[in-house]
Amino acid sequence: MKHLLSINDLSLEESIQILDTAQELSRLSDAPMKKLPTLRGRTIVNLFYEDSTRTRISFEAAAKRLSADVINFSAKGSSVSKGESLKDTALTLQAMGADAVIIRHNASGAAKRLADSEWTSGSVINAGDGTHEHPSQALLDAFTIRKHLSHGAKDLSGIKVAIVGDVLHSRVARSNVLLLNKLGAKVYLVAPPTLLPVGVESWPATVQYELDSILTEVDAIMMLRVQLERMSDSFFPSAREYSSYFGLNKERLSHLKPNAIVMHPGPMNRGLEITAESADSARSVIVEQVTNGINVRMAILYLLLAGEM
Amino acid sequence: MKFLISNTELNGAKVDIAIADSLIFDIGENLSQDGYELIDGTGTLALQGLVDLHTHLRQPGKEDSETVATGSRAAAKGGFTAVSAMANTSPVADTAGVVEQVYRLGQESGLVDVYPIGAVTKGLLGIELAELGAMADSVAQVRVFSDDGNCVSDPLVMRRALEYIKKFDGVIAQHAQDPTLTVDAQMNEGFISSQLGLKGWPAVAEEAIIARDVLLADHVKSRLHICHVTTAGGVEIIRWAKSRGIEVTAEVTPHHLLLTDQLASSYDPVFKVNPPLRSEKDVMALREGLADGTIDIVATDHAPHPAESKECEWQYAAFGMLGLETALSIVWQTMIESKLIDINTLQARMSTKPAEIGRYHKQGLAITKGAPANLTLFAPNRSWKVDRDRVASKSKNTPFHGMELSGSVVATFFGGRQTWKLEG
Repeated sequence: MKHLLSINDLSLEESIQILDTAQELSRLSDAPMKKLPTLRGRTIVNLFYEDSTRTRISFEAAAKRLSADVINFSAKGSSVSKGESLKDTALTLQAMGADAVIIRHNASGAAKRLADSEWTSGSVINAGDGTHEHPSQALLDAFTIRKHLSHGAKDLSGIKVAIVGDVLHSRVARSNVLLLNKLGAKVYLVAPPTLLPVGVESWPATVQYELDSILTEVDAIMMLRVQLERMSDSFFPSAREYSSYFGLNKERLSHLKPNAIVMHPGPMNRGLEITAESADSARSVIVEQVTNGINVRMAILYLLLAGEM
Repeated sequence: MKFLISNTELNGAKVDIAIADSLIFDIGENLSQDGYELIDGTGTLALQGLVDLHTHLRQPGKEDSETVATGSRAAAKGGFTAVSAMANTSPVADTAGVVEQVYRLGQESGLVDVYPIGAVTKGLLGIELAELGAMADSVAQVRVFSDDGNCVSDPLVMRRALEYIKKFDGVIAQHAQDPTLTVDAQMNEGFISSQLGLKGWPAVAEEAIIARDVLLADHVKSRLHICHVTTAGGVEIIRWAKSRGIEVTAEVTPHHLLLTDQLASSYDPVFKVNPPLRSEKDVMALREGLADGTIDIVATDHAPHPAESKECEWQYAAFGMLGLETALSIVWQTMIESKLIDINTLQARMSTKPAEIGRYHKQGLAITKGAPANLTLFAPNRSWKVDRDRVASKSKNTPFHGMELSGSVVATFFGGRQTWKLEG
């Protein structure tokens, strides 16, 4: 495999291989010397058209721990803001000898455009494209769920995961539905009807408009960030109403199964989709997701660039 | 120049057709070849010159993508003898001056009749009526008015436009798209858009405007034409309107007869078009509608764009596809080979009826002795492979690149002159 653009690019075996590799690499994180020489001399470009400090530094840390040279190219303050096209930027990076481009872009499909073009010959890794996909996030989420809930199984058979919130605009939700389903988990999508796409009924997930009835069912609950500007676009009447129906508060938290975990891809809107009690509770694995993110991204880079996959 | 087309097929009979002095001089068997340039018509059908009611020639203002001359060349290659230049140029064709300029450029090119379409509203803004009367009275004698690219969305402006054009037997060609339901819309709204994360352009945004406008046209008893219908629901509403005797006509593009929204999965903007490619079910309903006459005509919506407008991310790319050079082959493939229509109906849909809607009196006429020599020789058995690097258009944004299409336009005659000849 050369690129990672969508979860659809991965077979079940490859998905599990990434999770297993991440698990191996996580042992390295505990060692005093965190670096591996695997990608020494390779150049990886972080091409970020959107502000995303956490994803960028996560990939950057992952690449550096594999000894790659990392170039950060952010749309702000670069030639992109002067109107350079993706094509010209890609040609420039190609000319500079990039072995891989990690791209975050506000346009859905931008990563695939780049990979399918002749503008760059290196690997392309999708670090989030518009409202399409965010495969590395889904992989780190699956890694986190597996670690806590699979009891040693390689896949996620029988595990129930609720994804709650703005599914319509969420690339995290799209990648997660595909990957969790591939790994055998049962997925619930919970959102107001306005924040679910037309066509969602054909997704491999159970869709519902209220949260309370499944709280006692699920093993993991993943809260999605709700952008406040959605309110002015009439997706829901008010922040208060949204929170009262879909927010993970103390009361709802108390109904979860004893071992259920609380997840969030970040950044959180505390008080909107999740209250402080929930975010900071013992069930919350939100901070751990960040740590796991580095290991999973190391695994992706390792498998893609060291030709192991 | 005098031409003798030998051994072609006209209305099911093998004939020779003699062309002289811009007219069809004679039709018959074994016509004398003396003094004529001989054209071997073996294996071809003689069809009426095709008429396109929806063409973007881009001039004035966007000559990097197409000009009246290059668009005319592409039209002749596709078997057309008339095109209708859409008004969304720069400046917009909302005055007599601009439509006359386009008309004259068409005359200068001399490869097809270029009928300018006038804007319905000033600057295509949908607020104030453009100089409809002045454009109608100009040399260009505009009869078709359209804000294509934009919908005339204000119902009162639409009503006034429909009323006003009755004065000179005009027609409003509506680009049916509710603007607020389609803000930033990128592709057909459905399962595929939900997966791709591209903002949906729902069928209802087209259907709601069609429904409103047929009712308005009925109320003020005027002529309405619906541009590029794409949805099964739209076909259904037009069928209902016609059954009520409302004066509405409709067009479908070749690309909507063949391609579906599945192609957006490539994120290649060559498949980005407005209105968008729809589902398989819609495609089938469009074919049926075209067959039963609910949809009156095929129109290309030929929309050239320079490379940089398509070599980018999907959501930043321009909407539109080339259409002139591939139209007849695609209609042949989707409608004739599937036995939905016969050759007479094909000519009605691509020549007679569009000329009638536009009031193009010199066009869309049957191939008979004494008629203007506007005709197309089409070889149904000569398939060809579309190559974007070999198009006559100035732009290359054909969604059919690499596809094998059935039937080739071998020659086109416009006003007695040969405007296209297939080499080899």
